[in-house]
Amino acid sequence: MWAYWVSVPSHWREIPARYRLEGGICKNCGHTMLPKEDVCPSCGSRDVVTKQLPRRGKVVNYSVVWNAPRGYEYYTPYVVALVRLEDGTMLLSQLTDIDPSQVTEGMDVEMVLRKVRVSGESGIIAYAYKFRPLIKSD
Amino acid sequence: MVFIIGAGVLKVGDHWEKSLRNLVTEVALAALRDAGEVPVDYLVVSNSLSGVINGQENLGSYVASHLGIAGVPALKVEAANASGAAAVIVANSLIRSGEAQRVLVVGVEKMTDYTSLEDSNTAVSTLIDSEYEAFHGATLDSMHALVMREYMKRYRINREDFSHFPIIMHENAVDTPHAQYRFKIDLNTYMSSPLLAEPLSMMDVPGLADGAAALIISSREEGPNGNAKIVSFGQATDRISLYSRSSIVEMPSIRAALERALSKVSEFKPDFYSIEEYSSVLGYIAVEELGLARRGEAYKLFREGEARRDGPIPVNPEGGSKARGDPVGATAIYQLAEAYLQLAGRAQGWQVSGARRALVLSIGGLGSNSVVHLVEGV
Ligand SMILES: [Zn+2]
Repeated sequence: MWAYWVSVPSHWREIPARYRLEGGICKNCGHTMLPKEDVCPSCGSRDVVTKQLPRRGKVVNYSVVWNAPRGYEYYTPYVVALVRLEDGTMLLSQLTDIDPSQVTEGMDVEMVLRKVRVSGESGIIAYAYKFRPLIKSD
Repeated sequence: MVFIIGAGVLKVGDHWEKSLRNLVTEVALAALRDAGEVPVDYLVVSNSLSGVINGQENLGSYVASHLGIAGVPALKVEAANASGAAAVIVANSLIRSGEAQRVLVVGVEKMTDYTSLEDSNTAVSTLIDSEYEAFHGATLDSMHALVMREYMKRYRINREDFSHFPIIMHENAVDTPHAQYRFKIDLNTYMSSPLLAEPLSMMDVPGLADGAAALIISSREEGPNGNAKIVSFGQATDRISLYSRSSIVEMPSIRAALERALSKVSEFKPDFYSIEEYSSVLGYIAVEELGLARRGEAYKLFREGEARRDGPIPVNPEGGSKARGDPVGATAIYQLAEAYLQLAGRAQGWQVSGARRALVLSIGGLGSNSVVHLVEGV
């Protein structure tokens, strides 16, 4: 019954945003967004162009999900977070590679590509961004 | 002028023996009886999730068929938990335009036809953004949890400060015959309730429920059992994704809907408030947006008991979504039916004494679609 929800074309057309954080920037007001919209949600301008968003950011807020929808039960408990990227773009993502009890507001995170859900026997395995604690290289 | 001239409400809960069509038929017939068996010339169905849950759309003809009134023009209106309020706006407009004289508005949600809780979570997740929130595993509960955590941080309040809301809702529902949860809870019940999405627990939100409610709306004050006038309404939307809003502890759509409703009247002083609140924190934010408490201080209204049914500012005298129950697409029809029963002096056992005016706020999709109705007894 949920086939429409993560059908192949519906996932495929979101791949630029989901695999590599390709978003948009409004040429009128500078607002950045994910995904790229046809109309700027901030000022209403239609002059929005594609922008590669940064892969690093900070956790602004989060919730630990214990009661999951179909296709996500396997990951329970998992963390959904509001993440502010380095250029100020806000998005919602799962956090990964971290115990839920270790998550803190303000923690630095970076994007990785991970499996997000599997939909049934006939469905596809959908990959997309998740964010993990930033591994300092110095 | 537009009047509510009759209403019907079914008990909210698990009606395993009744299907979608049984629920709508039963409640629509009850409302028609209540209004004196008047003929209707339009049917507006309010529902949110029948497509994903019951595999049934085209509810206008579906309901008309099962009611034996096929031929009458009919349609379905959807705006998440505010579907019912949006349906009443449509009915109201049909009457004001002269297109209809009497409209049957019936709200229904059959949520318990599930094999698992996961599937019901998926269905309810259709009320938030599917591609950039639900796809990432966000649920309606987890979105409310994000709001709750932000609210706690911003206003420096604790989890237990949210307990006052469900405690009063449950207290009110004890006296409401059609309520889902007619029992009291206390601070201990609240604090020991299982977490659904941290920091939000089971006691912060409604349970799954079936429900149906109906109204007969007319251009004339002709109800044999009492009438209420729809004085004014206002509606406003906000961005559907939480992450794209500038503040998640404010719901400007509520403010805008209120302003629009008030702009059409000279003065309106409600005797009670009906607020559709999916969670305790949304209940608090709604109270603040309506101007009943300062930001971050709504909990005091409930802690001090001012919001009790017999207090100076009664909120949800029937128990609200939390305890009366929240059958999504039907919830706002319950709100307006309850307001009608209150204003007609027919809310036996749960009556706000002397109630003449009601402010009914319906909130869809976490503040992404809000409707305010101002209703007055006649
Ligand atoms: Zn812009």
